[in-house]
Amino acid sequence: MTILEALASLHTEAVAALEALQTSQELPVWYRTYLGRKGRLTEVLRGLGALTADERPKAGQRANEVKEALESAFQGRQTQIKEAELQAAISADRVDITLPGRPMGPGHLHLSTRTLRRVREIFAEMGFRVYEAPEVETDENNFELLNIPAYHPARDMWDTFWVNDKVVLRTHTSPGQIRCMREAHPQPIRVILPGKCYRYEQITPRSEHQFYQVEGLAVGHGIRLTDLIGTMQAFANKMYGEGRRMRIRGSYFPFTEPSVEIDMDCILCRGEGCRVCKQTGWLEVAGAGMVHPVVLANGGYDPDEWSGFAFGMGVERPAMLQHGIEDIRYFYGNDLRFLRQF
Amino acid sequence: MALRVPIKWLQDYVDIDLTPQELAERLTVAGLEVESVTGIGAEWGREAVVVGAIEKVLPHPNADRLCLVQVAYGKPEPLTVVTGAPNMLRYLSEPLPSPAPRVPFAMVGAELIDGHASDGRKLKLKAGNIRGVRSEGMVCSEKELGLSEEHEGILILPDDAPVGAPLVEYLGDAVLEFDIKGGFAHLMCIYGIARETAAILGGTLRDDVLRAARPDGLKPSNEPPYLKLEVTDAAMCPRYTVTLIEGITVQPSPFWLQQRLLRAGMRPINAVVDATNYVMLELGQPTHAFDYKTLRPEKKGQPPLIRVRPAHPREKMHTLDGVERTFDDRMLLITDGGGPVGIAGVMGGLESEITDGTTTVLLESANFEFLNTRRTSQLLKLRTEASDRFGKRLDPELALQGGLRCAHLIAELCGGTVHTVVGDLYPDPRTQAPIELRPDFVTRLLGVEVPGEEILRILRALEFQVEGSDPLVVTPPSHRMDVSIAADLVEDVGRIHGYDRMPHTLIGDEMPPQERNLRLEGTELMRDVLTGCGLDEIITYSMISLEDERRLHPDRAPVDESTYLRVQNPLSAERAHLRRRLLAEGLNTTRANLRFGRRVAIFEVGAAFWPQPGAVLPDEPARLCVLLTGPRDPASWLDGAEPAGFDFFDVKGLVETLLERLEVPEATWDYGADAAYHPGRSAVLKIGGAVVGQLGELHPRVVDAFGLPAQPVCAAELDVGALLHQWREDRQMTVLSSHPPVYEDLAFVVAETVPAEQVRALIAETGRPLVRDVALFDLYRGDQVGPGRKSLAYALTYQADDRTLTDDEVAKVRTRIVKRLTKELEAQLRA
Repeated sequence: MTILEALASLHTEAVAALEALQTSQELPVWYRTYLGRKGRLTEVLRGLGALTADERPKAGQRANEVKEALESAFQGRQTQIKEAELQAAISADRVDITLPGRPMGPGHLHLSTRTLRRVREIFAEMGFRVYEAPEVETDENNFELLNIPAYHPARDMWDTFWVNDKVVLRTHTSPGQIRCMREAHPQPIRVILPGKCYRYEQITPRSEHQFYQVEGLAVGHGIRLTDLIGTMQAFANKMYGEGRRMRIRGSYFPFTEPSVEIDMDCILCRGEGCRVCKQTGWLEVAGAGMVHPVVLANGGYDPDEWSGFAFGMGVERPAMLQHGIEDIRYFYGNDLRFLRQF
Repeated sequence: MALRVPIKWLQDYVDIDLTPQELAERLTVAGLEVESVTGIGAEWGREAVVVGAIEKVLPHPNADRLCLVQVAYGKPEPLTVVTGAPNMLRYLSEPLPSPAPRVPFAMVGAELIDGHASDGRKLKLKAGNIRGVRSEGMVCSEKELGLSEEHEGILILPDDAPVGAPLVEYLGDAVLEFDIKGGFAHLMCIYGIARETAAILGGTLRDDVLRAARPDGLKPSNEPPYLKLEVTDAAMCPRYTVTLIEGITVQPSPFWLQQRLLRAGMRPINAVVDATNYVMLELGQPTHAFDYKTLRPEKKGQPPLIRVRPAHPREKMHTLDGVERTFDDRMLLITDGGGPVGIAGVMGGLESEITDGTTTVLLESANFEFLNTRRTSQLLKLRTEASDRFGKRLDPELALQGGLRCAHLIAELCGGTVHTVVGDLYPDPRTQAPIELRPDFVTRLLGVEVPGEEILRILRALEFQVEGSDPLVVTPPSHRMDVSIAADLVEDVGRIHGYDRMPHTLIGDEMPPQERNLRLEGTELMRDVLTGCGLDEIITYSMISLEDERRLHPDRAPVDESTYLRVQNPLSAERAHLRRRLLAEGLNTTRANLRFGRRVAIFEVGAAFWPQPGAVLPDEPARLCVLLTGPRDPASWLDGAEPAGFDFFDVKGLVETLLERLEVPEATWDYGADAAYHPGRSAVLKIGGAVVGQLGELHPRVVDAFGLPAQPVCAAELDVGALLHQWREDRQMTVLSSHPPVYEDLAFVVAETVPAEQVRALIAETGRPLVRDVALFDLYRGDQVGPGRKSLAYALTYQADDRTLTDDEVAKVRTRIVKRLTKELEAQLRA
């Protein structure tokens, strides 16, 4: 067999062997066998030395051609096998994607905290910072300095927990107004006062003895009632969505004069009248008004030079409306099945 | 307090051409909040219930106790109904009066209230046979119409009732219910609501009722011939008037008056009492009727005495409700020559009460100081319609008007005459000081310019006298006891003008100084870190049970109540104290939630209350409480069936995470948490040497005392202020080295008593500055290290900022560490 025949035969055999390979593990074995340093091609080439000078170039060229052809065939086959193997691995590695994911288990903020955060953020954008005041208060701050003397009929508006005859659990966040004014005087003021309040009320689906309130207070040289209305409108739009309709009506609070009640069109029925708004189409957002001159003076501000507005609103009730919660006891009952919904 | 205003009554004083709902909306917006609108007769049906006239009453052929009534109702043929009402049966034996008695006549299809039921249930009227006679409808009692509880007989309507007219036209009405807050006695009456209504609707107020109450032809005197009158403290009783009505016969009031009282929420009693209630509802002035003949003189031969004076301490009297009351010396009494006959402004006494035999009435119409009246009412726990009205600050001017109005009404209803002399002690008549109101003040406060003529119109409609222009000099009417400053006037202008007409503005005023609130930001960061670690936030009640506090001690040692703030009037004994710590309610929450899940990981941030001796108010430190129990990770099919549970190292890791995020330096851990904790598996956390809180597993007996399962329950209780004390969020960055680190593991065997932290700290300190990190990765006890000893294996990271470390450099540091540990801790390097 001539060397050329041997090359041809090797070529044929090697290609056939390559085609027969099935796994990538076999690839290096084939390579060693045919193209390795001690491989079959090397073996055939060794025979080149025995050829004449005439024959040698032709045989050498042929040998190179076979080598290149096999190298190229090997690359092709290798790509082919690896691709097939990858495809096989991918199709084998398939999960039931309907199985549940691994729980990351993040916790949940209490709904009251979440609501308070939103309220704070909205007012922060309008320049209101947060002022915090104690929950146990003097009768003086909670009532007297807010223009509510002992036995005054206005006291009927708050059922009070008493610690002694001079100390109460604050029935509203308003005593913070006095503290804040006395601290800030003579600077202008723009604050909200969020916090827990307490009222002597039986615990029922509609009433709690402990709840949150957010008080707002702005004091300046030219604070107007229309500013209060504009501020509350901006708040309602941001809290409950653009285009809320407001209704401002007269009201009575001993620490504001004039006093108003601020209503908003019902978020459920948009003012048509439904069960939630008791068919009125309106929901109460806040009690508010212009700070009573007596209260301004008690806070250290001369009512002839200063004016201010104040408002107070609940936290649980708007959250109840927004989330369809019908029983206020869920808030401080702390059933995790409830808390984890928000 | 609630005020019910029947619209038909209101229409006596002001014209209203709005529907009740429209009126309610207008009043509500102007500050008179209507809580409800109740229709009377709306459900009767215009066709189904009409005014009927009784033409004939015939015996029932088959029953003695029933009769057949022929009712005309405006159609050609009358209808026959069967009834057993006593006031119909009587016409079997006596002739029918003329004109024919008018009655409410309900035809088939009418909706009525079941007269025999007590729950107000309704029934639809059907035609039926009653003992063999067909009944074509029903003649109705007041109860069946929902007008009162009266079901004794058929309601006989006044003779002028138009036969055939829908009953709703004749008797229907709508009642507005108001909740009048604050000291506004002038709104606690129907005339007062009418005055407001006229101003709001721009209508005219008909004041005939007050004009009729002027003392024309009567002589006011402070010494009436029939009574000795004395007020010892005019500050507590600014005015006291009496009228005498002689020759009366006590009888029931007429139907119309009874209906008005019922619709306004009061029960008719007799014409004298009804008249006092009627005038109280109408004008707001409570009066009190004494049986004149029961009043005693001070000395024989003198006329009876009325002396208004403070009670003697412990003085007693039986009030109208039959209860014996005991007074203190600030409570004001009405007394006669024999002793107390009434509590001023609150309730009369039993002995001088009007009875059916009363022929002479002494009618008191007075004015009592409002705060003292409320004090008396509250301390005696005796709230009446009168005390509520006096407690809202009544106008003394109204006392005489109300008294005369009532006296004339009693005379009219009971046939009698009013004595020409009216007693009136009013030593210091009230005057209203004028208030200056600058129109630009209105603009300044409201933010919108209300035209001058509109301001004038509003104030005058509310009966203010206005003079001048800038400033306006405004004198409030006497009944406006609530108005004393310009801002009060601005409110009236604003609410009547209408707040809804005002533009919305944004604050144009100077912006106050803005500053950070690190305390709040830090607290919110804590909340975020803790929820990020998988904890749910809870908020529990501040008022807690001392019994639960005892459960926090493994021996249930009694707690020192004086260290707790106590509430005088708790909702229940279980919530009578304010919490000193958040743990007990956290444990109760844990127990409640273990009913529905195996894993509880919760926290609460909130105030605790620590009474301070000598201080009026307690300290209110903000506290953080964490509770962990059950499986460490949320349940998952990917984990085994028995997942690991929370233990000491979870709560410690959580607190370490907090410390890291809050940049707390120099935290140290010691044994010695309080008795609620497992003594060997809990720690006190100190920052810079000061105690910040405690954490760890709770004592098994405490776990058991709270009804929790026998498994580790981990808690942390930390002081929020101390945690945040140094937090500035201004941490400086550490330069990152780009040179390769060298990692090396070193294990040391030390005595069991050597705390791990001591080993770590010594390695870190000795290795400085090349040792960048020392992390424990294994703790081993057992045969290989022998009893009483433990092996601690650390992964060390060596690194320099400016060069690649050589093996020699690392070896030198290692040798130094090993030497130091061997010397100071008798540690052995483990091969």
